[in-house]
Amino acid sequence: MNQSVHLKGIREGLLLSVGEGPWAEVEQSMLQEIDDQIDFLRGAKLILDVENHDLNASTLGKLRDILSDRELSLWAVLSNSPVTEQTAQMLGLATKIHQAEPEQNSRAYDGFSDGDEALLVKRTLRSGNSIEFPGHITVIGDVNPGAEVVAGGSVVVWGRCRGMVHAGAEGDESAVVCALDLSPTQLRIAEKIAVSPQRREISRPEMAVIRDDQLIAQPWEIQGFNSNDG
Amino acid sequence: MTGKVITITSGKGGVGKTTATANISAGLAALNHKVVCIDADIGLRNLDVILGLENRIVYDLVDVVEGRCKLRQAMIRDKRLPELYLIPAAQTRDKSALSPSDMIKVANELKKEMDYIVIDSPAGIERGFRNAIAPADEVVIITNPEVSAVRDADRIIGLVEAEEKGPAKLIINRINVDMVESGDMLDSEDVLELLAIKLIGLVPEDQNVIVSSNRGVPIVMENNSKAGKAFQNIAKRIAGENVPFMEFNSDSGFLGKISKMIRPGGN
Repeated sequence: MNQSVHLKGIREGLLLSVGEGPWAEVEQSMLQEIDDQIDFLRGAKLILDVENHDLNASTLGKLRDILSDRELSLWAVLSNSPVTEQTAQMLGLATKIHQAEPEQNSRAYDGFSDGDEALLVKRTLRSGNSIEFPGHITVIGDVNPGAEVVAGGSVVVWGRCRGMVHAGAEGDESAVVCALDLSPTQLRIAEKIAVSPQRREISRPEMAVIRDDQLIAQPWEIQGFNSNDG
Repeated sequence: MTGKVITITSGKGGVGKTTATANISAGLAALNHKVVCIDADIGLRNLDVILGLENRIVYDLVDVVEGRCKLRQAMIRDKRLPELYLIPAAQTRDKSALSPSDMIKVANELKKEMDYIVIDSPAGIERGFRNAIAPADEVVIITNPEVSAVRDADRIIGLVEAEEKGPAKLIINRINVDMVESGDMLDSEDVLELLAIKLIGLVPEDQNVIVSSNRGVPIVMENNSKAGKAFQNIAKRIAGENVPFMEFNSDSGFLGKISKMIRPGGN
């Protein structure tokens, strides 16, 4: 049995963990391992743990198709690499599974934690795209209906926000949501949820905050953000 | 010179992918290009019906992939347009019968002799869709000016971008000019603002499309149909010609009423 490839049956499916080394070799060992046991594995739902490997869309997409040819359906990809995590999300794959992770796989961040870290997303999020981050999230582009942004901190959309946005997802009621056009299908800060009022004709920059225990949206005043507000 | 593979997809069902595939293929064949269109909707085949070729099916795409026949044997030549061929889908199987690598193999074989290979994708985002876009050099998205169709198109564009198939192109189909004017239907500008990809076609709602589907004659072969003209223009744009978009005038608007007065038969 190949040292760098581990197969383990868990509740969510088959967990396939790979080790270090150049990806081409790792991928080949992995496929070899699968082929050796293919009669037993056929039809399985696969969770792939690639640890620190950076995988782009064409590599991961091709791998999914190769696995699909062997009648294995890849539904989740776990990794420590933000590149891989984003690729997986773009391809519609899960990046988290419910089971507590085994000790040796240390995650880059443990659940959501307060922090001043921010993620910058420089593209429009299309329907079905989902971005999750424990810190703040800034999107330069639109958030289309059907897209989701979930942040432990605040969310800033430098564009039209028309999807679902959740700021302060771990309970931080001081988190805010700003957008050049704030028209989300649903807006959440911490535990509070609101839907957009009827779309106004002229869109203007707005900021959503929790004030007096209510979720409100206020027009963005040029003189700046008063830290007492949020 | 190798052929170009164009996949026509949408996400949403019923927006006009099969109609577009049939008509764009016929349009390209009418411009003297060698075209084969492939129905990738295994289990729910329609492209053969729209083209009026269902009675001539002997072998299908799954037969080719599974080695029961040669590729040529599954290609049905259209008697009206000799440069046009169809490879139909299998009706008794489903989308698990094919894989993305199967589709790529078939496309590579066809590229040697054909100028264009146009693939009719099934609705959805699962295996059937992935099979259809696997060999694509270019992806064309069909949508209707209607919120749920646009939502699905956005999702599909995201998936196409993720598969690194290059920027997709857009056709807005079934535009009802009267409803746009009265504000009951999304304007093409609204659709483009959300989807933000290059527009290659605007096709008006046209009852003749249903009539010609039932007769098995692609509307692009009819002379007096606006939808047919729109599809012919799309074929020209795909072949590299710069064709301006048609003006759609409402039949019941002011201009429409004037033109009806002058020509009692209307358009």
